[in-house]
Amino acid sequence: MSTLADPPSESFRLSMLLNDTRYRSLTFQFIALMLLVAAIAYLGSNLVSNLRAAGLNISFDFLRDPAGYDINQRPIEYTSQSTHLRASIVGILNTLIVAFLACITATLFGVLAGVLRLSNNWIIARLMSVYVEAFRNVPVLIWIIIIFSIMTVSLPGPREFRGENPTASMAFFESVAFTNRGVFIPGPNFTNPLFASAGLNWLLVLAVLVASWFGARMLAKWATDRHEATGIRPTTWYYSLAIWVVPVAALLSLMGLTWEYPELRGFNFQGGIQIRGSLIALWFALAIYTGAFIAENVRAGIQAIPKGQTEAAASLGLRPNRIMSLVVLPQALRVIIPPLISQYLNITKNSSLAIAVGYMDVTGTLGGITLNQTGRAIEAILLLMLFYLVISLSISAVMNVYNNAVKLKER
Amino acid sequence: MSDTPAQSVAFVRETQIPPSPPPASESGALKWARDNLFSTPLNGIMTIVALFLIWRLLDFAVPWIANGVWNSDSLAGCREALDGAVGACFSVLTERWNQLLFGFKYPSELYWRPSLAFILLFVAAAPVLFSMLPRRLLYFTGIYPFLAYWLIWGGTILIPIVALLGFVVGYFVFRSLEAKSFAGAMGGAVVGAIATWWIGGFVSEAAASVLAFEPVASRDLGGFMLNMILGTVCVSLSLPLGIVLALGRQSDLPIIKFICVIFIEFVRGVPLITLLFVANVVLAYFLPPGTNFDLILRVIIMITMFSAAYIAEVIRGGLAALPRGQYEAADSLGLDYPQAMRLIILPQALKISIPGIVNVAVGLFKDTTLVSVISMFDLVGMIRGPILASTEWNGVYWELFSFAALLFFVVCYGISQYSQWLERQLQTDHR
Repeated sequence: MSTLADPPSESFRLSMLLNDTRYRSLTFQFIALMLLVAAIAYLGSNLVSNLRAAGLNISFDFLRDPAGYDINQRPIEYTSQSTHLRASIVGILNTLIVAFLACITATLFGVLAGVLRLSNNWIIARLMSVYVEAFRNVPVLIWIIIIFSIMTVSLPGPREFRGENPTASMAFFESVAFTNRGVFIPGPNFTNPLFASAGLNWLLVLAVLVASWFGARMLAKWATDRHEATGIRPTTWYYSLAIWVVPVAALLSLMGLTWEYPELRGFNFQGGIQIRGSLIALWFALAIYTGAFIAENVRAGIQAIPKGQTEAAASLGLRPNRIMSLVVLPQALRVIIPPLISQYLNITKNSSLAIAVGYMDVTGTLGGITLNQTGRAIEAILLLMLFYLVISLSISAVMNVYNNAVKLKER
Repeated sequence: MSDTPAQSVAFVRETQIPPSPPPASESGALKWARDNLFSTPLNGIMTIVALFLIWRLLDFAVPWIANGVWNSDSLAGCREALDGAVGACFSVLTERWNQLLFGFKYPSELYWRPSLAFILLFVAAAPVLFSMLPRRLLYFTGIYPFLAYWLIWGGTILIPIVALLGFVVGYFVFRSLEAKSFAGAMGGAVVGAIATWWIGGFVSEAAASVLAFEPVASRDLGGFMLNMILGTVCVSLSLPLGIVLALGRQSDLPIIKFICVIFIEFVRGVPLITLLFVANVVLAYFLPPGTNFDLILRVIIMITMFSAAYIAEVIRGGLAALPRGQYEAADSLGLDYPQAMRLIILPQALKISIPGIVNVAVGLFKDTTLVSVISMFDLVGMIRGPILASTEWNGVYWELFSFAALLFFVVCYGISQYSQWLERQLQTDHR
């Protein structure tokens, strides 16, 4: 208000630092900053004197030394002569593998259980409630250990597959062996690969699949355009099936895809792919445990859609499955996806429990054996935390982008 | 003819026909089953599959539990008693219950102390949980932490008394200065408390045998007791810390906000296990040379930091959900920041955050099992370590892990049921 004159400027007094709201905030922040600096200086000086007393220093050179230990699951080439850095990378890849598998499986379990819990089938709804409550209220560590015990104690050993009257036999037409050393499944092999390295071949397959996806999308767009122009939607499902199947099949047959079946040789199964009990325990325990949480998110998301939306859609003449896909799901997903992504984050963080069953993830390699062998506790744990932080922050960034994209545009 | 209908019509019904029962398919259990179990072919198939699965489960579980052996001294004894039949070996529970609950080093003649502390926990928690109980009981709640410390760890009663006295002195200093300035009162309270502890330290050291229980070292704690201690201590400590962090994150002061944001995002970004590693191997580097912190204390610090960050985020959600008008109303009444927060904002924000806080508390209680990874012998650590490694009980997985799962289920399910009840109680809006 211009009618009010400015108050006469007072000279600055020291008590104003505490009593005047203009300066008080500055005082508090200054005190907080000083306390923080003092705490850091105190901890830092302790660190320096402790390290000097122990004859240590902070250095990351140990990453270049040979690791000297074996890792049983190696997504990339690794021997005990490889460096600690490479061991850590193997660990990171193992973390990502189990997190990826568990995220997909947990989503499946969670969506299924969440939808079925709302089913009008009394027994199924009750069963799903029991599943959700039982798994949400027991620590995931106990589930991991229970499933690991099933995998290593209850399953037969490879020797029981041997002999005239074996006590155990392979499942699924003699192709899969469930043993206490892991599950052996057939592995794909290329007889005349286009590239020398197996990874590049699979990358090529992936590239073809991505191209197919773009092709299928273009087809769907064309069909939608026709639909809008003429009112008749052309039947395209066999075209899109062909777009998905033919290129990949052609590429695979060109490269000569064969399946290598696991076989009992010596004391263990050879050939195919071995999925270790530790991986399965971690994967399924995380999936089932997190699935129970996702089920609740899905249920909440579907229940958050007012019944009026469904009724309005029905009164417009939409059929039930179109109501689901055009009206209910797009709105429910807005509620479901953010907690879903934070559940994925939880899976990634909980995968560090791998150390309890000896799965060699990054906590097992970098934070476990490397730390114990080199004694570089501070550096190893710093790197470990950094890795998880990077993962968390990037997932949060993705979530923020998504939230901004789907948020209600209000003016 | 029309005026004498009675004579012209052969039969007139004089009473109403009693209503006939609905057809069998439209009433009773059959109708219910048709509606709820077999409404569509798909539903029918799912019902049958579900019944089959339940039957398979019961077919295995019922004889397993019914044939359970409760009184043998080893797994071999169980197998002998079962003689090839399917059955559980619950003897491990009757034989080792003390280790599962108290750890393997807690002196067995002192079990009454943690048990008493456990029972008193309910008395102490009751007035906090149920607002209809007399408010006087809250005094006991205030005393309880010190009493429980004395009961579980033993030693002279002077240490908890001095600790309690410090808080009491701090409170009275705060009350006497509060009218002048909130910040000054806080500072005075801290100074008063520290002075009391400093003086009391000499007293309790000089008279170390006054009303002393036999002391029990922290590393001798174990079993489910350790989970309970970590869970209750960390939740109760992280609640005030979480409130402070949430307020800091919402604050207008950029430096304080920055510190809180960094702390919260860092702690939430890393798994608890790495923080436990820090407690186990790294924290010692940051303490003055020669200090020897209890491992359990280091773990409590780390878990408290961890859950405080999560609780802070929950409370921030509650603060953000409050209408802007509440803040403005508090300002227009002339309340300063601490008053506005204490009297207007926090009561409402905390009420909104209760479900989230309970979720964090339940998650935290479950996460206390992670300490078994850094070789502390909590319930899971006891099972995996001393019990499964012993020659008598090597191989008794199911009974032990079912027992552990059951204990956690009872506690966590109980807490979540309580929180749902509380939400209904606190619902003040009209529906």
